[in-house]
Amino acid sequence: MSPRVLLAVATRVLIQIRRDHRTLVMLLVLPCLLTTLLWWMLVDLPGETFDRLGPGLLALFPFIVMFLVTSVTTLRERSSGTLERLLAMPMGKLDFLLGYAVAFGLVAAVQSVLTVAVSVALLDLDVAGPVWLLTLVAVVDAILGTALGLFVSAFAGTEFQAVQFMPLVVIPQLLLCGLFVPRDALPTALGAVSDVLPLSYAVDAMTHLVTSTSTSEVWSDLGVVLAFTLAGLGLGAATLRRRTA
Amino acid sequence: MMKNAVEVRGLTVVRGRTTVLDGLDLVIGGGVTGLLGPSGCGKTTLMRALVGVQQVRSGTVTVFGEPAGTPPLRDRVGYVTQAASVYDDLTVSENLRFFAQVLGVGPEEVERSAAAVDLTPHLGQVVGTMSGGQRSRVSLAVALLKHPDLLVLDEPTVGLDPVLRQELWGLFHRLADAGAAVLVSSHVMDEAERCDRLLLMRSGEVIADGTPDEIRERTGAADIEGAFLAVVGGGAPQ
Repeated sequence: MSPRVLLAVATRVLIQIRRDHRTLVMLLVLPCLLTTLLWWMLVDLPGETFDRLGPGLLALFPFIVMFLVTSVTTLRERSSGTLERLLAMPMGKLDFLLGYAVAFGLVAAVQSVLTVAVSVALLDLDVAGPVWLLTLVAVVDAILGTALGLFVSAFAGTEFQAVQFMPLVVIPQLLLCGLFVPRDALPTALGAVSDVLPLSYAVDAMTHLVTSTSTSEVWSDLGVVLAFTLAGLGLGAATLRRRTA
Repeated sequence: MMKNAVEVRGLTVVRGRTTVLDGLDLVIGGGVTGLLGPSGCGKTTLMRALVGVQQVRSGTVTVFGEPAGTPPLRDRVGYVTQAASVYDDLTVSENLRFFAQVLGVGPEEVERSAAAVDLTPHLGQVVGTMSGGQRSRVSLAVALLKHPDLLVLDEPTVGLDPVLRQELWGLFHRLADAGAAVLVSSHVMDEAERCDRLLLMRSGEVIADGTPDEIRERTGAADIEGAFLAVVGGGAPQ
């Protein structure tokens, strides 16, 4: 592993994102707009509905967006030959993966700060726990999305296929994460599935932060998400082959 | 004259159901070596094996005494793929600076590489907005960043105008004179005359090996294209 190469990859990815204005705006503004949309939908309903659903959304956005962006960009690296060229150079696979994780982690941090700021300041989301921890959970979610995106890009031959991994990888997690039906109210089998999906822990962490001031459970949920992230990066590294057919 | 840069022994590569290379033996030394042959004859596969990115069924590929693709070689071998392997959404200088950082060479090498392929005026241009020939020169500049000892170039002059082609061949010879082994593939036979040594390939086999003069003499043809057709027509490997 070389910090120099890792930094080079991260910087290059950030320059690429900066150059692509449309993507940059979508990455940063879209989550704020969608959160506002949800708040608006729920504004006339009785009870603290936005306080219940909002946190889940804060966990979802960075995950979904980074999953998509990463799987498509990595696929582009594979198909344009730049990945092959890099792997023929003195570059470690982890330098490549962590470089991406760092760059997208930074973008996710900005994205989350914006979304959290809009939710808390403008939309009156009541956060009982520390707000900075809410942002940290969002960043780790984003890196989880990056890790899984890197991994699935190995199984996609085209960008078209890569995009279709989203319904496969993201939607089941979205349905089972406790946003629609509380996780303990799910049928036993689905509850068990929900227990092994990383997004469930991310949403748990967010929900907990909003409802309670104690943080120990948040840290343990965050630990689980982080473990999934590291496993995803490990699997991603295993799919980067210097020699191909 | 340098020792053998590349030694290939019994190299067999199978892609899908096709055996692309079947027990190929080959030695490449210094100077500019041209690898010529029709599309699909295995030039790219052979080059990928030299760089160490090709899955190999059997046989050995040794570069400067080390197995191809091993870490000590990653610094010493420059590889330019057929399609330009650079980032379209970055400028020329951003591309070169990135690869320079990966290779651990200084920013002065960025200027030098860009100048070597005549791209200095375009350093600030986004690669995606450039012509095909310019893009392949950016890709070539990346391979020149670290003064490679072996330069493997897969059809580097495709789509370039004659003036530029002449300049690039001049560059290849300057690099070879400075001590690098340069392997250039092409399916354009008139480029063969510019090589110190030629390898003519057909269906995964090297069917002729020698200087352009030797090959012409052996076949009695007026030019390499004629020689190639004669060898292919005769069918007998020389």
